[in-house]
Amino acid sequence: MKLEISLAPETVFHLGSFPVTNSFLLMIIVTVFLIVFAIVITRSLKPVPKGWQNIVELLIEGGRDFIRETIGDEKKTMKVFPLVFTLFIFILTANLINFIPVQQSLFINNGEKMVPLFRGVMADYGMVFVLTIITVLTVQISGIIMCGPFGYLKKFFNFKNPLTFFVGLLEFVGELSKILSLSFRLFGNIFAGEVLMSVMLFLLPFLVPLPFMALELITAIIQAFVFSMLTLVFIKMAGEMEEH
Amino acid sequence: MDATTFKLLAAGLAIGLGAIGPGIGQGMIAAKALEAIGRNPEASGKITPMMFVGLAIVESLAIYALVIAFIILFGF
Repeated sequence: MKLEISLAPETVFHLGSFPVTNSFLLMIIVTVFLIVFAIVITRSLKPVPKGWQNIVELLIEGGRDFIRETIGDEKKTMKVFPLVFTLFIFILTANLINFIPVQQSLFINNGEKMVPLFRGVMADYGMVFVLTIITVLTVQISGIIMCGPFGYLKKFFNFKNPLTFFVGLLEFVGELSKILSLSFRLFGNIFAGEVLMSVMLFLLPFLVPLPFMALELITAIIQAFVFSMLTLVFIKMAGEMEEH
Repeated sequence: MDATTFKLLAAGLAIGLGAIGPGIGQGMIAAKALEAIGRNPEASGKITPMMFVGLAIVESLAIYALVIAFIILFGF
Protein backbone atom coordinates (compact mmCIF):
# COMPACT_ATOMS: atom_id res chain seq x y z
CA MET A 1 0.00 0.00 0.00
CA LYS A 2 1.46 3.29 -1.02
CA LEU A 3 1.50 6.33 1.22
CA GLU A 4 -0.13 9.29 -0.51
CA ILE A 5 0.51 12.82 0.66
CA SER A 6 -0.67 15.79 -1.33
CA LEU A 7 0.06 19.43 -0.67
CA ALA A 8 -3.31 20.61 -1.92
CA PRO A 9 -6.57 19.35 -0.46
CA GLU A 10 -8.45 16.84 -2.58
CA THR A 11 -11.84 17.50 -4.11
CA VAL A 12 -14.62 15.46 -2.56
CA PHE A 13 -17.62 16.42 -4.68
CA HIS A 14 -18.80 19.21 -6.94
CA LEU A 15 -21.62 21.65 -6.26
CA GLY A 16 -22.48 22.62 -9.80
CA SER A 17 -19.08 23.73 -11.01
CA PHE A 18 -17.67 24.57 -7.56
CA PRO A 19 -15.27 21.91 -6.30
CA VAL A 20 -15.76 21.20 -2.60
CA THR A 21 -12.54 20.01 -0.99
CA ASN A 22 -12.29 18.01 2.20
CA SER A 23 -10.90 20.83 4.30
CA PHE A 24 -13.65 23.13 3.01
CA LEU A 25 -16.18 20.56 4.18
CA LEU A 26 -14.64 20.44 7.63
CA MET A 27 -14.55 24.24 7.77
CA ILE A 28 -18.29 24.40 7.10
CA ILE A 29 -18.82 21.92 9.93
CA VAL A 30 -16.63 23.98 12.29
CA THR A 31 -18.46 27.20 11.42
CA VAL A 32 -21.90 25.66 11.88
CA PHE A 33 -20.80 24.14 15.18
CA LEU A 34 -19.51 27.47 16.50
CA ILE A 35 -22.64 29.36 15.47
CA VAL A 36 -24.98 26.76 16.97
CA PHE A 37 -22.89 26.66 20.16
CA ALA A 38 -23.01 30.44 20.50
CA ILE A 39 -26.77 30.56 19.93
CA VAL A 40 -27.46 27.77 22.43
CA ILE A 41 -25.27 29.34 25.12
CA THR A 42 -26.75 32.82 24.81
CA ARG A 43 -30.33 31.69 24.67
CA SER A 44 -30.79 31.84 28.43
CA LEU A 45 -28.19 34.11 29.99
CA LYS A 46 -28.21 34.15 33.78
CA PRO A 47 -26.65 36.92 35.90
CA VAL A 48 -24.99 34.25 38.03
CA PRO A 49 -23.60 31.84 35.44
CA LYS A 50 -23.41 28.12 35.79
CA GLY A 51 -22.35 25.28 33.60
CA TRP A 52 -21.27 26.03 30.05
CA GLN A 53 -21.91 29.75 30.39
CA ASN A 54 -19.32 29.77 33.18
CA ILE A 55 -16.64 28.27 30.98
CA VAL A 56 -17.38 30.58 28.07
CA GLU A 57 -17.32 33.64 30.31
CA LEU A 58 -14.01 32.48 31.76
CA LEU A 59 -12.52 32.21 28.28
CA ILE A 60 -13.84 35.56 27.11
CA GLU A 61 -12.75 37.41 30.22
CA GLY A 62 -9.33 35.78 30.15
CA GLY A 63 -8.90 36.82 26.53
CA ARG A 64 -10.07 40.36 27.20
CA ASP A 65 -7.75 40.79 30.19
CA PHE A 66 -4.81 39.48 28.21
CA ILE A 67 -5.55 41.90 25.37
CA ARG A 68 -5.97 44.77 27.79
CA GLU A 69 -2.60 44.02 29.39
CA THR A 70 -0.94 44.11 25.99
CA ILE A 71 -2.65 47.16 24.55
CA GLY A 72 -3.27 49.13 27.72
CA ASP A 73 -6.21 51.23 26.54
CA GLU A 74 -9.78 50.21 27.35
CA LYS A 75 -11.39 51.68 24.23
CA LYS A 76 -8.85 50.17 21.88
CA THR A 77 -9.25 46.83 23.61
CA MET A 78 -12.96 46.71 22.82
CA LYS A 79 -12.24 47.55 19.17
CA VAL A 80 -9.54 44.96 18.72
CA PHE A 81 -11.04 42.21 20.87
CA PRO A 82 -13.63 40.80 18.41
CA LEU A 83 -11.14 40.12 15.62
CA VAL A 84 -8.39 38.69 17.80
CA PHE A 85 -10.68 36.50 19.87
CA THR A 86 -12.59 35.24 16.82
CA LEU A 87 -9.33 34.27 15.15
CA PHE A 88 -8.26 32.46 18.29
CA ILE A 89 -11.50 30.52 18.76
CA PHE A 90 -11.86 29.67 15.09
CA ILE A 91 -8.30 28.39 14.66
CA LEU A 92 -8.45 26.55 17.99
CA THR A 93 -11.70 24.77 17.13
CA ALA A 94 -10.52 24.03 13.60
CA ASN A 95 -7.33 22.46 14.93
CA LEU A 96 -8.90 20.56 17.80
CA ILE A 97 -11.67 19.06 15.72
CA ASN A 98 -9.06 16.85 14.08
CA PHE A 99 -8.75 14.86 17.26
CA ILE A 100 -12.28 13.49 17.31
CA PRO A 101 -11.96 9.72 16.83
CA VAL A 102 -12.90 7.95 13.62
CA GLN A 103 -13.17 11.01 11.39
CA GLN A 104 -9.66 10.83 9.91
CA SER A 105 -10.21 7.31 8.60
CA LEU A 106 -13.35 7.97 6.58
CA PHE A 107 -12.67 7.76 2.88
CA ILE A 108 -14.87 8.60 -0.05
CA ASN A 109 -14.66 7.77 -3.70
CA ASN A 110 -14.64 11.01 -5.64
CA GLY A 111 -14.99 9.48 -9.05
CA GLU A 112 -11.31 8.79 -9.63
CA LYS A 113 -9.84 7.41 -6.42
CA MET A 114 -10.42 7.13 -2.70
CA VAL A 115 -9.67 10.37 -0.89
CA PRO A 116 -9.99 11.13 2.84
CA LEU A 117 -13.31 12.73 3.67
CA PHE A 118 -11.91 15.16 6.25
CA ARG A 119 -8.63 16.99 6.38
CA GLY A 120 -7.33 19.65 8.71
CA VAL A 121 -8.92 23.03 8.01
CA MET A 122 -5.64 24.87 8.35
CA ALA A 123 -3.81 22.30 6.24
CA ASP A 124 -5.21 24.11 3.22
CA TYR A 125 -2.89 26.97 2.34
CA GLY A 126 -5.68 28.95 0.70
CA MET A 127 -7.59 29.11 3.98
CA VAL A 128 -4.53 30.21 5.97
CA PHE A 129 -3.64 32.77 3.32
CA VAL A 130 -7.09 34.34 3.54
CA LEU A 131 -6.83 34.63 7.34
CA THR A 132 -3.39 36.21 6.96
CA ILE A 133 -4.67 38.72 4.41
CA ILE A 134 -7.49 39.67 6.79
CA THR A 135 -4.91 40.23 9.52
CA VAL A 136 -2.56 42.26 7.34
CA LEU A 137 -5.34 44.43 5.92
CA THR A 138 -6.63 45.11 9.43
CA VAL A 139 -3.14 46.05 10.58
CA GLN A 140 -2.64 48.48 7.70
CA ILE A 141 -6.08 50.04 8.07
CA SER A 142 -5.71 50.44 11.83
CA GLY A 143 -2.30 52.01 11.28
CA ILE A 144 -3.81 54.50 8.86
CA ILE A 145 -6.67 55.26 11.24
CA MET A 146 -4.49 55.68 14.31
CA CYS A 147 -1.64 57.65 12.72
CA GLY A 148 -3.35 59.48 9.91
CA PRO A 149 -2.60 58.55 6.27
CA PHE A 150 0.50 60.70 5.85
CA GLY A 151 1.81 59.90 9.30
CA TYR A 152 1.59 56.23 8.49
CA LEU A 153 3.32 56.61 5.13
CA LYS A 154 6.06 58.61 6.79
CA LYS A 155 7.03 55.51 8.72
CA PHE A 156 8.13 53.79 5.56
CA PHE A 157 9.19 56.61 3.26
CA ASN A 158 10.87 59.40 5.13
CA PHE A 159 13.51 61.37 3.35
CA LYS A 160 15.27 63.02 6.26
CA ASN A 161 18.56 61.28 5.63
CA PRO A 162 19.63 58.21 3.67
CA LEU A 163 19.79 56.05 6.79
CA THR A 164 16.17 56.50 7.78
CA PHE A 165 15.15 56.06 4.15
CA PHE A 166 16.88 52.70 4.08
CA VAL A 167 15.37 51.67 7.40
CA GLY A 168 11.96 52.68 6.08
CA LEU A 169 12.44 50.48 3.02
CA LEU A 170 13.44 47.60 5.27
CA GLU A 171 10.27 48.08 7.30
CA PHE A 172 8.24 48.03 4.10
CA VAL A 173 9.79 44.72 3.08
CA GLY A 174 9.18 43.51 6.61
CA GLU A 175 5.49 44.24 6.26
CA LEU A 176 5.33 42.12 3.12
CA SER A 177 7.27 39.32 4.71
CA LYS A 178 4.80 39.25 7.61
CA ILE A 179 2.28 37.74 5.20
CA LEU A 180 4.62 34.89 4.36
CA SER A 181 5.78 34.27 7.89
CA LEU A 182 2.33 34.32 9.52
CA SER A 183 0.77 32.03 6.95
CA PHE A 184 3.66 29.59 6.74
CA ARG A 185 3.87 29.25 10.49
CA LEU A 186 0.26 28.14 10.86
CA PHE A 187 0.09 26.13 7.64
CA GLY A 188 3.44 24.44 8.17
CA ASN A 189 2.70 23.38 11.71
CA ILE A 190 -0.70 21.88 10.94
CA PHE A 191 0.28 20.30 7.61
CA ALA A 192 3.52 18.88 8.98
CA GLY A 193 1.55 17.44 11.90
CA GLU A 194 -0.77 15.69 9.49
CA VAL A 195 2.06 14.32 7.36
CA LEU A 196 3.87 13.13 10.47
CA MET A 197 0.72 11.36 11.67
CA SER A 198 0.17 9.62 8.37
CA VAL A 199 3.80 8.52 8.16
CA MET A 200 3.77 7.26 11.75
CA LEU A 201 0.51 5.38 11.28
CA PHE A 202 1.89 3.93 8.08
CA LEU A 203 5.07 2.63 9.71
CA LEU A 204 4.11 1.69 13.28
CA PRO A 205 0.38 1.92 13.92
CA PHE A 206 0.30 0.78 17.55
CA LEU A 207 1.26 2.91 20.58
CA VAL A 208 4.16 4.72 18.89
CA PRO A 209 2.08 7.52 17.31
CA LEU A 210 0.79 8.52 20.77
CA PRO A 211 3.65 10.90 21.76
CA PHE A 212 3.41 12.50 18.32
CA MET A 213 -0.33 12.97 18.78
CA ALA A 214 0.27 14.59 22.16
CA LEU A 215 2.79 16.95 20.57
CA GLU A 216 0.35 17.76 17.81
CA LEU A 217 -2.36 18.55 20.39
CA ILE A 218 -0.07 20.99 22.17
CA THR A 219 0.96 22.50 18.85
CA ALA A 220 -2.66 23.01 17.81
CA ILE A 221 -3.42 25.10 20.88
CA ILE A 222 -0.15 27.03 20.81
CA GLN A 223 -0.37 27.89 17.12
CA ALA A 224 -3.87 29.29 17.52
CA PHE A 225 -2.66 31.38 20.42
CA VAL A 226 0.45 32.58 18.58
CA PHE A 227 -1.48 33.59 15.46
CA SER A 228 -4.00 35.70 17.34
CA MET A 229 -1.35 37.17 19.61
CA LEU A 230 0.80 38.19 16.65
CA THR A 231 -2.25 39.87 15.12
CA LEU A 232 -2.67 41.81 18.35
CA VAL A 233 0.99 42.80 18.52
CA PHE A 234 1.06 43.93 14.89
CA ILE A 235 -2.03 46.09 15.38
CA LYS A 236 -0.45 47.62 18.44
CA MET A 237 2.84 48.26 16.65
CA ALA A 238 1.13 49.80 13.64
CA GLY A 239 -0.59 52.35 15.82
CA GLU A 240 2.57 53.67 17.38
CA MET A 241 4.06 56.84 15.99
CA GLU A 242 7.76 56.86 15.35
CA GLU A 243 9.30 58.86 18.13
CA HIS A 244 12.96 57.99 17.94
CA MET B 1 21.85 11.37 -11.58
CA ASP B 2 18.44 12.37 -12.83
CA ALA B 3 15.92 14.90 -11.66
CA THR B 4 14.20 12.61 -9.14
CA THR B 5 17.45 11.91 -7.35
CA PHE B 6 18.22 15.60 -7.09
CA LYS B 7 14.70 16.29 -5.85
CA LEU B 8 15.03 13.80 -3.01
CA LEU B 9 18.49 15.06 -2.15
CA ALA B 10 17.31 18.66 -2.16
CA ALA B 11 14.35 17.92 0.10
CA GLY B 12 16.51 16.04 2.55
CA LEU B 13 19.12 18.76 2.69
CA ALA B 14 16.49 21.50 3.00
CA ILE B 15 14.97 20.17 6.18
CA GLY B 16 18.19 18.69 7.54
CA LEU B 17 20.21 21.87 7.40
CA GLY B 18 17.20 24.03 8.13
CA ALA B 19 16.60 22.44 11.50
CA ILE B 20 20.07 23.11 12.91
CA GLY B 21 19.59 26.79 13.71
CA PRO B 22 16.12 26.58 15.24
CA GLY B 23 17.22 23.56 17.27
CA ILE B 24 20.04 25.49 18.89
CA GLY B 25 17.82 28.53 19.35
CA GLN B 26 15.03 26.60 21.04
CA GLY B 27 17.50 24.93 23.37
CA MET B 28 18.77 28.33 24.45
CA ILE B 29 15.23 29.66 25.00
CA ALA B 30 14.28 26.71 27.19
CA ALA B 31 17.58 26.91 29.09
CA LYS B 32 17.11 30.58 29.91
CA ALA B 33 13.49 30.03 30.88
CA LEU B 34 14.40 27.18 33.25
CA GLU B 35 17.17 29.27 34.74
CA ALA B 36 14.78 32.15 35.34
CA ILE B 37 12.24 29.81 36.95
CA GLY B 38 14.98 28.35 39.11
CA ARG B 39 15.89 31.79 40.38
CA ASN B 40 12.32 32.84 41.06
CA PRO B 41 9.92 29.90 41.25
CA GLU B 42 6.90 32.12 41.94
CA ALA B 43 7.21 33.81 38.55
CA SER B 44 6.84 30.54 36.68
CA GLY B 45 3.22 31.41 35.87
CA LYS B 46 4.39 34.40 33.85
CA ILE B 47 7.53 32.88 32.39
CA THR B 48 6.06 29.67 31.02
CA PRO B 49 3.54 31.17 28.54
CA MET B 50 6.18 33.57 27.25
CA MET B 51 8.56 30.66 26.82
CA PHE B 52 6.00 28.79 24.75
CA VAL B 53 5.41 31.82 22.57
CA GLY B 54 9.14 32.23 22.01
CA LEU B 55 9.45 28.55 21.16
CA ALA B 56 6.63 28.79 18.63
CA ILE B 57 8.16 31.80 16.89
CA VAL B 58 11.61 30.21 16.62
CA GLU B 59 10.10 26.92 15.54
CA SER B 60 8.47 28.66 12.62
CA LEU B 61 11.88 28.96 10.95
CA ALA B 62 12.21 25.20 10.94
CA ILE B 63 8.67 25.00 9.62
CA TYR B 64 9.61 27.25 6.68
CA ALA B 65 12.38 24.80 5.79
CA LEU B 66 9.93 21.91 6.09
CA VAL B 67 7.41 23.61 3.81
CA ILE B 68 10.13 24.19 1.20
CA ALA B 69 11.03 20.50 1.44
CA PHE B 70 7.39 19.56 0.89
CA ILE B 71 7.07 21.91 -2.07
CA ILE B 72 10.17 20.40 -3.63
CA LEU B 73 8.91 16.87 -3.08
CA PHE B 74 5.28 17.24 -4.06
CA GLY B 75 5.09 20.42 -6.09
CA PHE B 76 7.58 19.82 -8.84
